Amino acid sequence: MKILVTIKRVEDYESKIKVKPDNSWIVTDGVNYRANPFDEIAVEEGLRLRDSNMPSEVIVVSVGPAAAAAEIRSGLAMGADRGILVKHDAFVDSDGVARVLKAVIDQEKPDLVLMGKQAVDVDDNVAGQLLAEYLGWGQATFASKKESLESPEEKAKKPGIQLGADKKTAQVAREVDGGLEVLEVQLPAIVTVDLRLNVPRYASLPNIMKAKKKPIVEMTPQQLGVDVAPKVKVVKVEPPPQRTAGVKVPDVETLVQKLHSEAKVI
Amino acid sequence: MATVLVVGEQAHGHLKKATLSALTAAQQIAQNTGGQIVGVVVGPGAGQAAQELAGYGIPVHVVEGAAFEHALAETHSAAAAEVAEKAGAGEVVIAATAYGKDIAPRIAAKLGAGLASDVLAIAGANQFKRAMWAGNAIATVEVVTPVKVVTVRATEFAAPQKAQGAGTVTPAQVAAPQPKTKFVEFNEVKSARPELTEARVVVSGGRGTKGDFKPIEQLADVLNAAVGASRAVVDAGWQPNDLQVGQTGKVVAPQLYVAAGISGAIQHLAGMKGSKTIVAINKDAEAPIFQVADYGLVADLFKALPEMAEAVKKLQ
Repeated sequence: MKILVTIKRVEDYESKIKVKPDNSWIVTDGVNYRANPFDEIAVEEGLRLRDSNMPSEVIVVSVGPAAAAAEIRSGLAMGADRGILVKHDAFVDSDGVARVLKAVIDQEKPDLVLMGKQAVDVDDNVAGQLLAEYLGWGQATFASKKESLESPEEKAKKPGIQLGADKKTAQVAREVDGGLEVLEVQLPAIVTVDLRLNVPRYASLPNIMKAKKKPIVEMTPQQLGVDVAPKVKVVKVEPPPQRTAGVKVPDVETLVQKLHSEAKVI
Repeated sequence: MATVLVVGEQAHGHLKKATLSALTAAQQIAQNTGGQIVGVVVGPGAGQAAQELAGYGIPVHVVEGAAFEHALAETHSAAAAEVAEKAGAGEVVIAATAYGKDIAPRIAAKLGAGLASDVLAIAGANQFKRAMWAGNAIATVEVVTPVKVVTVRATEFAAPQKAQGAGTVTPAQVAAPQPKTKFVEFNEVKSARPELTEARVVVSGGRGTKGDFKPIEQLADVLNAAVGASRAVVDAGWQPNDLQVGQTGKVVAPQLYVAAGISGAIQHLAGMKGSKTIVAINKDAEAPIFQVADYGLVADLFKALPEMAEAVKKLQ
């Protein structure tokens, strides 16, 4: 089985995000970068599916600047087999990312594509669905699983995505409003993953060393014949409105009284 | 003049409240463009839900039939896109619910449209405000394509007033696609409480509960509130996934949000900062949650919440 997983280089969510004084973007100096956390869950799922369906391979793909090779390397250190970096320095919107990925997929012909449900920089949550439509494939977004992250199944590192016996289909539990929906998708398909699908592994030191020797192929959107001019441009970035701290109340009685007569919410 | 199409969401014939927020956003867009608003509702029971939407004075198309029985992204996006094309839609607006997020990008791809997702405000004819970096920045984005698809964060748009006269409801004939996806089952999380994203009051518990949600639930019962949870609680398996409030979980904006035993990680704050009144109850006086709370009480939640439930009962 050939499993393709996408990884985006994003600002570390533990870094302090500040808006540039000219409102053009955020300040990137001094910000740490890492792999999008949802994508790490996608890599983990890919590795579990590969290891329970040998022979298989996991390819990690990133669209981004040259520095995104580091995030591909982190996927390889988790255990993925090889990497593809589609290099582009300027901002690529989700539509551009989807069209670049389509071109890569047309070449690689994977059986399954796993993606984070959203990247925690632009928080768009659309690239996977766009890609599925461009490919004419089925999709299962927000993949989760019935068992909790504390369950024996998770401890045993079982995949949450269930492949059919003939490996032509997969069952995916999706986190939707009001419950969990289970879909069966024909393969190849796009699956975007949510937080509760699994707990991604840490790369071990030997695997980090091994990852250095794994191949990363570089290409550009131009070589793939994809125009990445954005359909959605970011014209201004502003800091969010600040909520000011209110008052501390001494006891429950005062709190309830204030909620009743001052805030008028109870 | 291009039409603004609102794609409704329904379950068992009932229109989801979030659709009304999408309608408000569509009205704001139409004010800028001069377009006419049209609705579409897809799925079993869509006819009944369409009547409800038409009550706001707009014509609504209905797509029903076996091919659309389940809310599969492939089939529902195809129906909505076909109606959008026939109606000459310049904008397609959908609430950014799980359903809206699932189908909107496919509609955009079919229409060659740019998509502004999870929009907080309409900033102009082609411009929209949306949160990025977990709400640490608000971006204004411009969609440069002739047709635009917009998903809106329901909590940011109040429902509109009902209209004097109802609009027409007409069945739309659309092609039935052959999906590559099959519905298997739906495991509903049943609850007597109001839905988290629609509740007037939300009581949320964090790590401070140590997994014991009884005080949270008791207060929620008295206040007719929905119960929420922080990511730590959900990750620990103490509460189901769908209770998670935060940037990666549910975004809520009730009249009253009570955060008990929640420290206030940025990821949680992004999901509840829009609440009208925020109450924080935490043993740790330094917890960041107090920086966004209108009313803070430094106390043990196991003592404070039952007291609060009693005090509220006396008021009622």
